[in-house]
Amino acid sequence: MRVARREAYAGWALLVALMAITILPFVSIFTTALYPSGSAPVGLSWPANPQWGNFLEAFKVANMSALLFSSVLIVLAVVPVSLVISTMAGFAIGLLRIPGGRLLLLLFIFGLTLPFEGIITPLYFLARQMGILNTRLAIVLPLIGLFMPFAVFWMRAHFVNMPKEISEAARVDGASTWDLFWRIHVPLARPPMASLAILMSVWAWNQFLLALVLVEDPTQRTMAGALGAFQGHYATDIPLLCAGTILILLPTLIVFILFQRQVISALLQGSVKG
Amino acid sequence: MTNAAGEAGPSSAIARSPARDARRRTAWRILWIRGIRRSTLIGWLFVTPALVMYGLFVLQPLVLTVQYSLYRWDGVGPATWVGLSNYAAVLTEPKLLETLFNAFRLVLFFSLIPVTLGLVTASVIHRVATGRVGAVSRTVLFLPQVIPLVAAGIIWGRLLSLPGLINQAVTALGLGDITRAWLGDFDTALPAVGIIGIWVLLGFCTVLLLTGMTKIDAALYESARLDGAGWFQEFRAITISSLRYEIGVCITVTVIAALAAFDIVYVSTGGGPGGATAVPGIQIYILAFLERQVGLASALAVVLVVLVLLVILPIQRLAREDGQ
Repeated sequence: MRVARREAYAGWALLVALMAITILPFVSIFTTALYPSGSAPVGLSWPANPQWGNFLEAFKVANMSALLFSSVLIVLAVVPVSLVISTMAGFAIGLLRIPGGRLLLLLFIFGLTLPFEGIITPLYFLARQMGILNTRLAIVLPLIGLFMPFAVFWMRAHFVNMPKEISEAARVDGASTWDLFWRIHVPLARPPMASLAILMSVWAWNQFLLALVLVEDPTQRTMAGALGAFQGHYATDIPLLCAGTILILLPTLIVFILFQRQVISALLQGSVKG
Repeated sequence: MTNAAGEAGPSSAIARSPARDARRRTAWRILWIRGIRRSTLIGWLFVTPALVMYGLFVLQPLVLTVQYSLYRWDGVGPATWVGLSNYAAVLTEPKLLETLFNAFRLVLFFSLIPVTLGLVTASVIHRVATGRVGAVSRTVLFLPQVIPLVAAGIIWGRLLSLPGLINQAVTALGLGDITRAWLGDFDTALPAVGIIGIWVLLGFCTVLLLTGMTKIDAALYESARLDGAGWFQEFRAITISSLRYEIGVCITVTVIAALAAFDIVYVSTGGGPGGATAVPGIQIYILAFLERQVGLASALAVVLVVLVLLVILPIQRLAREDGQ
């Protein structure tokens, strides 16, 4: 496609400007993090004497290893369970076409637009009643439930498009419903399951409200929840806060850069289907 | 199948003759042999775990929210039935009503600007930046979407502070006298929060719309350019009309992000100064967990849930109909 040169330049300029606006905030907190702890540095400027030790200090005071452990634990508890049960449900609604399935689907779709704030208050009292308040379970269990509308919707969209012939052939060979599910359709459903797993991992990692309300101890929270607590404690020590923020961001950024294609396409498909 | 089950109900209540019972039993056996009932049962077993988790941790709390909203309750002592007066308070008390208005003001920033600007940016990238550079810009612009919103709030809280990058830039442009703590100023706090939303959502909209554009038949553009169409004509005639569905998705996602905003606001302003950036999510949190007014918080929560549904449903309908 040919485009006039002047237009191309204008386009490039816009693109470069937007990328700069995206990147500069990160650069700004990075340079701020290098200033002496407790000082109040100005916007974007390189410190005379970069304090790389701030990162080590933030790692210690934020109890970073415990935070990482907690977040990983939460993701490992939420994602596999959600993946299995939503795939089963999607299979039943989309492929087995169980009676009442349409109504069930509507019920799940209703949950797609539900803001978490809409149910956070009773979740607190429920967690208290169940005795899981201030434990990771208080985040894990509601999160699995909250992921169900999207996850079931997503997996059903895959199963509803599977050709009938596959299942019929398996039935003729005498496969039970479980065999049909586990041996034939789960292997075929790997790509949408992988995208779903990526999506739910990102969402669980970044979940803030549940962590804030249901768990007080930052070392039992998700990464985002821990960051909120960290900000509360070190709001006045700007360089340290910035160093901590970068450390907490780092795992996400590394995963994103390694798997960028998968993450972007998963997030896009996720929103298109949702 | 559904017919058989439907007729079995009322008829069994009327007469219970042995012959009728026997006939029914054989009917069931036939169904059973055909495997209908059994497979239905197995199918529902597959759905059960998901349904149980959804029911326990989403539907049950939703019902409880509605129930709480009809009481005055401090979360500890006994609750008093107050009917709809919590709703009356939400819709009349300026402090609470204002949070709903703020939510809609945020829509301007979180939705209108990112979607419009995203359309322009995407069409520019689509026209000039193909190949490797296009891919890199995609990754970069998507960054804010991947990091926790809390982090975005902290980063921008820093940028918009008195010694932050924004004031530095404003001074460099020779506008030194308008510098201020943008998030702490009554007049600028809400737009400042809105700017954080633009930063987070612009890349998402751009990349989503760009992906939609790559699916548009290139021949359409070729013929438009042969006819001498400029950027804007091409943009209006081809891009916008082919992207109705993607635009609908962008609007849906961003409007929900605006109406249900919490993380960014909580971290950057906490709803202040003086409630200037209080949105329903923040107010629900404050009412329920700081001021112990569980009933009032729940009424606001119900209003928020209904509001989101009312706004989203027509958008969805429009996008889907026109997209076909």
